[in-house]
Amino acid sequence: MEFTEKKVDAIKFTLFSPEAVRKMSVIKVTVPDTYNEDGYPIDGGLMDQRMGVIDPGLRCKTCGGTVHTCPGHFGHIDLVRPVLHSEFSRVIAVVLKITCASCSRTLVKKGATNTLDELLSEEQLLAQMKKTKKCPHCQAKQEDIRYEKPTTIMEGKRSLLPIEIRERLTKIPDDDLKMIGMDPESARPEWMVLTALPIPPVQMRPSIILDTGDRSEDDITHKLVDIIRINQRLDANLNAGAPQLIIEDLWELLQYHITTYFNNESANVPPARHRSGRPLKTLTQRLKGKEGRFRYNLSGKRVNFSSRTVVSPDPNMSINEVGIPLTIAEELTVPIYVTPWNIEECKALMRKTEYPKVVYVTGKDGRRRKLMDKTVEELITVLDVGWIVERQLQDGDPVIFNRQPSLHRASMMCHRTKVLPGRTFRLHVAVCPPYNADFDGDEMNLHVLQTYEARAEAEELMLVERQILSPRHGAAIIQPNEDHVSGAYLLTRKGEKFTKDEASRFLGAAGIYEMPEPDKSGMYTGKKIFSMLLPKDFSIEYKTRLCREVSDCTKEKCPYDGYVIIKNGVLEHGAMEKKGYSGTILEKLFNDYGPETARAFIDQSTKMAVYSVTHFGFSVGIENYHLDKKTADVIDGLRDKAVKEVEGLIVKYKGKTLSRSPGKTLKETLEEQIMMVLSHSRDSTGTILKDYFGQDNTSIVMANIGSRGSILNVIQMSAFLGQQAVRSKRIRRGYKGRVLPHFKSMDVGAYAKGFVGSSFMKGLTPSEYFFHAAGGRESLVNTAIRTARSGYMQRRLINALQDLYVDYDRSVRDSDGNLVQIRYGGDMKDPMRAKKV
Amino acid sequence: MVKKLIDSGEAVGIVAAQSLGEPGTQMTMRTFHYAGVAEQVPTGLPRLIELVDARREPAQPLTDIYLIPRYVKDKKKNEEVAIALEHVSLSDVCTVTENFVRKELRIKVDLKFAQSKGITVKNIISMLRLQLDKIGKIKSKRDQILLHVDTTYAKLRKITLKVKAVSLKGVKGLNRATVVHSEKTGEYFIRAGGFNMHDVKKVDDLDYGRLYSNNVREIEKHFGIEAARNAMLKEIKQVMDLQGLLVDVRHLMLISDAMCARGSVEPVGRHGLSGRKSSVLARAAFEETVKHLVNASIEGQEDPLNGVTENIIIGQTVKLGTGKVRLVMR
Repeated sequence: MEFTEKKVDAIKFTLFSPEAVRKMSVIKVTVPDTYNEDGYPIDGGLMDQRMGVIDPGLRCKTCGGTVHTCPGHFGHIDLVRPVLHSEFSRVIAVVLKITCASCSRTLVKKGATNTLDELLSEEQLLAQMKKTKKCPHCQAKQEDIRYEKPTTIMEGKRSLLPIEIRERLTKIPDDDLKMIGMDPESARPEWMVLTALPIPPVQMRPSIILDTGDRSEDDITHKLVDIIRINQRLDANLNAGAPQLIIEDLWELLQYHITTYFNNESANVPPARHRSGRPLKTLTQRLKGKEGRFRYNLSGKRVNFSSRTVVSPDPNMSINEVGIPLTIAEELTVPIYVTPWNIEECKALMRKTEYPKVVYVTGKDGRRRKLMDKTVEELITVLDVGWIVERQLQDGDPVIFNRQPSLHRASMMCHRTKVLPGRTFRLHVAVCPPYNADFDGDEMNLHVLQTYEARAEAEELMLVERQILSPRHGAAIIQPNEDHVSGAYLLTRKGEKFTKDEASRFLGAAGIYEMPEPDKSGMYTGKKIFSMLLPKDFSIEYKTRLCREVSDCTKEKCPYDGYVIIKNGVLEHGAMEKKGYSGTILEKLFNDYGPETARAFIDQSTKMAVYSVTHFGFSVGIENYHLDKKTADVIDGLRDKAVKEVEGLIVKYKGKTLSRSPGKTLKETLEEQIMMVLSHSRDSTGTILKDYFGQDNTSIVMANIGSRGSILNVIQMSAFLGQQAVRSKRIRRGYKGRVLPHFKSMDVGAYAKGFVGSSFMKGLTPSEYFFHAAGGRESLVNTAIRTARSGYMQRRLINALQDLYVDYDRSVRDSDGNLVQIRYGGDMKDPMRAKKV
Repeated sequence: MVKKLIDSGEAVGIVAAQSLGEPGTQMTMRTFHYAGVAEQVPTGLPRLIELVDARREPAQPLTDIYLIPRYVKDKKKNEEVAIALEHVSLSDVCTVTENFVRKELRIKVDLKFAQSKGITVKNIISMLRLQLDKIGKIKSKRDQILLHVDTTYAKLRKITLKVKAVSLKGVKGLNRATVVHSEKTGEYFIRAGGFNMHDVKKVDDLDYGRLYSNNVREIEKHFGIEAARNAMLKEIKQVMDLQGLLVDVRHLMLISDAMCARGSVEPVGRHGLSGRKSSVLARAAFEETVKHLVNASIEGQEDPLNGVTENIIIGQTVKLGTGKVRLVMR
């Protein structure tokens, strides 16, 4: 294959001059129609074959190319009367305003350059010129020029005809144009008044054939038909010497059609409509907005070698892997570049008839040949160095895996493939957080890398194990989760001992086939087993979540497993919980031993933990939340006391003896205090429940070790739900003086304003249920609004900062080389690596 | 140290933007109570958007005033200053009624309330004289002031508004000044709603160097761009901390620095950083597509294709990260 590598250095934007339009045009379009009765493009019509072809089998009359090779060619229309370009009309008005009506010089005194004494900003200069009433060059009086949307320019009380405008603009000298910031080489102002209109190639406005066999033309073509038709009528009337009034009407109509051709949403112009009443999508609409050319097709491109399906969990894989259905692996291909060293392997691969086989070979001519039973042998004989063999996806190929919305770089990571039966992508549960994936029907995308460079780069930079730490804060985002934490805790907590048989099962689950030293009784402690996952020289000490912050910390003697000591790879004291297992230990492993070690730790420990959690059995049920009569009474008493207290506050409020907190009204003070009393009473049930349920209640265990849920969840199930709020206030909307008809008017007591005294176990009363729903609804609405708002904020941030990079001197610069920071972050450190350890 | 260095070529801007944007979905929309300020101060996403937009005036502006070291631990002195600072306008302590027939304004003073603010009827009259030019006769008895105005009805209305706006004491723009005690340092400071540094500066005994407002634009105006950058950093950091979201300061610093890099605080968005990019294509791809294309063609602008969007558009390697490196053959 031959490479001609060209690079675009820069793109310059200019206006078309009428001459340029005619010069590049291959045809002057004169017929306001597209196809004749036979369905053949009309010569000189809008679908003329000289402007390119869209029907397969036809050849372009200009370049001889087919649908695939002809890029299309522009045609043009000569407008019989000039017309303003609507998008430039405002600029035209400004130019007229600052140039003389009779001599077309800019309204600035000769030699009056910007001296230091009167250094004027561009805006000031412009304003001054607009105000000048008398031309400094020819002394002609300047009439006031006004711009009216969309395309009218008034001089005094008279509207200027495009012909006059064009004449004036033509006369402006080049030097004067340079002074007002226009580049006469690329944009003469008279070019903004159109005399020749370029007709875009057919490829840009292909007609579609409906099921009925009828052709349906593109909106742009429709608009062009209108323009040509009016242009012709205007021409006919001019030649026939029609009255001025009719001419002007038609002229005006031509202006309208051209305005809507460029922009069908311009202000003060009724949009041109399709027969069905749908507004036409013309040029501006094609470019603009989220579905426009820029954002939809240019900034975002569709790709091949990708696939998408539902994801499901697989805790038995490595976090670096992704499970791929066989059907997908058969479809996606990886190119192998044939070299003298691998040509035999390639040939062997081509002979295969089953799964990992070759699908295509591409010759040096760039032609791609499909491998078929008949052609295999022939292709094998011609296969040569420099050819490309495309084989099916195999285990271990690096691919990029992605879930939208792609909010950060860990939303696209490199995984190694693992072909599996089934129809879903399989994903290790520990990599769910960075993708924000769950398995309730989420779909994800997969991209197969097509060059060795891309593969190398993806594996070096994007591999999952390299993303264990988030660049956002340097803490782990790929980490053991939920059941992993529970399992690790159950295994390592105080007093767990196993027989050799049991211990080997734990280790075997993690893929470890060595045994630690047993203790004197020949048993193996959970801590010992867990220690096998750690490097032999790993040492660390930290406080866990189980730490009770007692004043006389006994460290290694902590009765709650609250203090972890790991010495030389042996967990001597303390139990695993979220903070240490998924945080401290993992991060230290990553920082001190590198991504591979951290990955291996996650891979092995999660498998061991899953085995552990199944070994012990770990579940929640209704018993977890059932209270005995005595405790229920205590909690009800606590709740009723709080409600009483609220009533007391209300009495105080009514008797005006409540002391006002500074800066608040009495009413606000009352509300604030009620909220405080009620939320305090709910929180205080937490300790009671913890004591009652004890450390063996799975729900409490999960809350304590941080694997799932919080004590609040337990409270709401067993004790009571507490105060419901809308806009962080007690619920007050509804009827006059009360929220629901269940209450007396003007009742401000706890229950009347959204306090829920029942638990999920007991069940809610109808009014409580309503309050709960009101609070729940607010959070749903908030979530919906928040995603939209934060999405736009992130788009703006990304757009503003995307060009910033760290230069070789560790300064931060933008794409123009402007300095943003002299040293990145003040210390030149990478946030991902800078964390104190 | 070397191991911890940032890689050159790293697209730190994108990482910073993602680090701030990604947790955006986890932020609350709720407001938050500041010690001493009655109104709710926005935090979370609304406040973050407000900061990134570099609004001229935040939804809930605040000014923190520290007194000179001698008084900084003096609660009483702080309270005195706070009361003096708090702005009271005539309409705060009085109700004004118009009498169109007698062409007169009746100003009724809430004596009790006025007293609590340290204002007397005499004060009010003198302030009226001072702040209104061309004023008619003023009569007063106990809690009433009668102001005679000899004009047309329409003008009377205007005068009423002016009378209501007469400021009786304090610094204009500052309301509800309260003294806040800092547990950490044991110091007292005054936290006032609103901002008006120009006038606050003149207050006696204040520690000018510690004057602070959550209005970044106000800081920029009075202390310059470097201070504004620090204020922006501090405010963004505060939002993230209050939400309990961990974000490395380096990201926040970069965003603050980028916003202030051109010498004034510029918003993130089409009127600021994105709108002033040199690349035509990048601007067109962001917002206001046609406007940018039209202007570019008139001025004959050239896009040097150095940024990210431009190169994606034309299908070339982006000059960031591994795309930054080039080989030169000798």
